[in-house]
Amino acid sequence: MPGADKETDLTERIEAFLADLKRGGSGTGPLRGSGEMARETTYLLRRITAQARWSSAGDLMEIIRNEGRRMTAAQPSETTVGNMVRRVLKIIREEYARSRGSSEETEQQESLHKLLTAGELSEETFREHFVHLKANVIEAINELLTELDGTTDNIAMQALEHIHSNEVIMTVGRSRTVEAFLKDAARKRKFHVIVAECAPFCQGHEMATGLSKVGIETTVIADAAIFAVMSRVNKVIIGTQTVLANGGLRAVNGTHSVALAARHHSTPLIICAPMFKLSPQVFTTCSLSLNDVNSCFPVLKILSKVNVHCPVFDYVPPELITLFISNIGGNAPSYIYRLMSELYHPEDHKL
Amino acid sequence: RGVPYQTVTLIHQSMVKRLPEHVQVDDPAVVKRLAKKLERQQIPLRSDYGYKVSLFSHLHQYSRKAPLTQLLSIPSTVIHPSIVRLGLQYSQGIVAGSNARSVALLHAFKQVIRDYTTPPNEELSRDLVNKLKPYISFLNQCRPLSASMGNAIKYIKKEISNIPSQCKEEEAKTKLLTCIDRYIEEKIVLAAKAISKYAIEKISDGDVILVYGYSSLVNNILCEAFEKSRKFRVIVVDSRPRLEGREALRRLVQRGISCTYVLISALSYILPEVSKVFLGAHALLANGYVMSRVGTSQIALVARTYNVPVLVCCETYKFCERVQTDSFVSNELDDPDDLMVTRKGKTQLENWQDVSSLGLLNLVYDVTPPDFVDLVITDLGMIPCTSVPVVLRVKNLDQ
Repeated sequence: MPGADKETDLTERIEAFLADLKRGGSGTGPLRGSGEMARETTYLLRRITAQARWSSAGDLMEIIRNEGRRMTAAQPSETTVGNMVRRVLKIIREEYARSRGSSEETEQQESLHKLLTAGELSEETFREHFVHLKANVIEAINELLTELDGTTDNIAMQALEHIHSNEVIMTVGRSRTVEAFLKDAARKRKFHVIVAECAPFCQGHEMATGLSKVGIETTVIADAAIFAVMSRVNKVIIGTQTVLANGGLRAVNGTHSVALAARHHSTPLIICAPMFKLSPQVFTTCSLSLNDVNSCFPVLKILSKVNVHCPVFDYVPPELITLFISNIGGNAPSYIYRLMSELYHPEDHKL
Repeated sequence: RGVPYQTVTLIHQSMVKRLPEHVQVDDPAVVKRLAKKLERQQIPLRSDYGYKVSLFSHLHQYSRKAPLTQLLSIPSTVIHPSIVRLGLQYSQGIVAGSNARSVALLHAFKQVIRDYTTPPNEELSRDLVNKLKPYISFLNQCRPLSASMGNAIKYIKKEISNIPSQCKEEEAKTKLLTCIDRYIEEKIVLAAKAISKYAIEKISDGDVILVYGYSSLVNNILCEAFEKSRKFRVIVVDSRPRLEGREALRRLVQRGISCTYVLISALSYILPEVSKVFLGAHALLANGYVMSRVGTSQIALVARTYNVPVLVCCETYKFCERVQTDSFVSNELDDPDDLMVTRKGKTQLENWQDVSSLGLLNLVYDVTPPDFVDLVITDLGMIPCTSVPVVLRVKNLDQ
């Protein structure tokens, strides 16, 4: 029966995706970029919307929420998966509200009136059935996919606004967004880039070869030399794994030292991060769940009586950051919470 | 009435100093002058290797694969064999670390003095100093001299020139050998004991101590503290490309001290656990800046952010009259090929020489500003960073 085939096909794909997620985390470093991850997740969610059996928006949201929980549990460090799930949930809410006829705007306004009358809104159960809801949701997800495809280019287009000639720019490790950003600026301007290699996996080397191939003057330095060279650096431009709700970062190991050195020399710290990396988590201290303590075979081969720590991520507080450049433009870290309230619904923060 | 006048002339003597050649590589006149001097001394000139980052065009950058000794004729008539061996050990990194290099240098000079015979019609005090000059040039070419080595050489030269002319050769040689032994004993061995004594007062039970790389002095302190039954554990921070922390780790674990090992990028992760930071120094400059292995300033900065006390341990013979404010004007560039690494079977930077816009920078030293350092432990006691010129002045008056 065609219905059953579709369902088994869907479950197969979901299982394959989950297996992929689990495998991706146990390798040495991320297997795929976040952009790819976001796109794959959105494709899968679109497929679920199209092929799963649901009758009302509430059912669909329940299904997606369940799948989302499973996906985030498979790989907790990959936050883009959860972010995309939340975006899709918000899309469903919006389309449902539109179908019902009520404007989504009035629901979102955090007014005193809304707080006082909060009791009414919890009655919302999303139980009504609308014929065109499925088509609308899928169309909105397609728009989301177009947005995802254009994020790197949108960010790279802003490069010339921020980089002038004869600058010395420092970057850490490897970020596809920053690479595109710098390459775009290099088409018109001449500047110098210093890349910190980011041991133990030394992704910085790949970044440096990529940049030097398009003719950018690049220098590779060891992580230990970051403070020593910082006095000659005009700007620090880095990418990140996640942007947290308070404007802080969850970035690759060593970024906090870079941020502190930049603050000491009053060097601006600019983060190039697309909006899909924004995650509604707030961490004030770097707890152990934030880091995947990797198997450190590149770090130490000998002694077994020694504790070896090899954290993958660092927490960078928002006070150290000067600017966020995302696909919707530049923003200060203090504005991130507002952007987040436009992307995700408060009830979806906890899947 | 005579004393103030003398101190003024002392200050004048130390102010007029010529800029050393090894920080003027971008000046062709200086390079030519050096080449002529080396030709006169019959020492080969070592050539620079690889693309140098423009910020450091005033420094040498040598390759470890092309040691100076390959250009020498064997056996060398000009340079004593123990000096040749020492030069090779320096350039290949077999003898590394401020104290180790100074001690090796002094032992090599002892051998030179033992084998020395005064030629006829010459005075030992003048001729021996002239004999040492090409050796020092050679060692400088193999690897730029450290501040501690510079001070040791100054001491030896002074002792040699103070030998009275009527002194017989054998007597003079024994006198010099005892002087050198005494220098090593006083300035390095006993100083280490004194510093350990002071430092152990600062270590309490339950401490978590962070150390960086391999400093013979800091290792000594930790081992002695462990012997005196202090309960502490150590976190060893290491950095590429030298990875000297492994040596420190090995020695500490051998003694039975419980250790943790991290790379310098994990500093923010590990610092909340740390109660004290102990750092070694390559030299202490007269404006209070601490010159040490690259990465030290980063550790001091992050430790200051987390309000962890930073203690620098340094013997007084490493104090230097130079002043420096950043890590660029005077530094050492190590072999850039050391930065290459193979991960997952791929060496990204394998052909870095072929790409004209790619440069590798392998710095050896950096300077830490005195506001990051809380205390300096020396053999003369525990002083703040800013008291370094006071100690230098006291030492100068003594001599």
